[in-house]
Amino acid sequence: MAEDAVFRTVVVNNPQGLHARPADLFVKLASQYQATIEVIKDGERVDGKSILAILTLAAVQGTQLRIEANGPDAGAALEAIADLFQRDFEVNGIVE
Amino acid sequence: MKFGDFVSIDAIRAQLAADDKESAIREMIGALLEAGSIASGEVESIVKAIMKREELGSTGIGRGVAVPHTKHPSVQRLVGTVAVSSEGIDFNSLDGERVQLFFLLISPPDRPGDHLRALENISRQLRDDSFCKFLKQAKSPSDIRQLLDEADNNGFAS
Repeated sequence: MAEDAVFRTVVVNNPQGLHARPADLFVKLASQYQATIEVIKDGERVDGKSILAILTLAAVQGTQLRIEANGPDAGAALEAIADLFQRDFEVNGIVE
Repeated sequence: MKFGDFVSIDAIRAQLAADDKESAIREMIGALLEAGSIASGEVESIVKAIMKREELGSTGIGRGVAVPHTKHPSVQRLVGTVAVSSEGIDFNSLDGERVQLFFLLISPPDRPGDHLRALENISRQLRDDSFCKFLKQAKSPSDIRQLLDEADNNGFAS
């Protein structure tokens, strides 16, 4: 793994799982960073900046995901993504 | 979850007449009603729920594809349909492209897993460029049905 590559494990907590709306929020957030972002579930690795790719994971509530970021702002990207999971994708007071 | 597990065969539409988001959704819900997949008294409530979900953010997820959906207490199991618009419809999609392929889903409120697995199947199959291309070119419901069957039988699965 390159020097700027970092990873973190997050858990999908919301009862609906990682459905279209959270996947959209994830991709919008991930796309704000230069770093490449990948999401890994049970060894399957997908592009964290593609909503179609994330939906293929069918991550139900309780799923553990490994998020890998690689690039100059990889650390900040991971922080922001982990925070999104911590908040259960809550945006403007609405839990998705 | 395969297409055959949730797509209402008689509600498949190859040539949507609609030219905007709400009429496209109404056309697909109308098709589900004609196919007997939903009850006539629930049409307005389902259309409203789907439109409300669209307000949160378009389900036009890119590559000319949209997955309009809602939970609704009137259905006992996941029901859905597939529709194609050859012209494409402005759906405020995430990548700004017009939408040609629609996968509409209505799920019982207590079955989030089924909904996720339907989305998984749709997105997995759509990664195949030829599946996307052939669907967009479909001229009849039977063309679409054949493509969905092939996908279900691993014709396109990667």
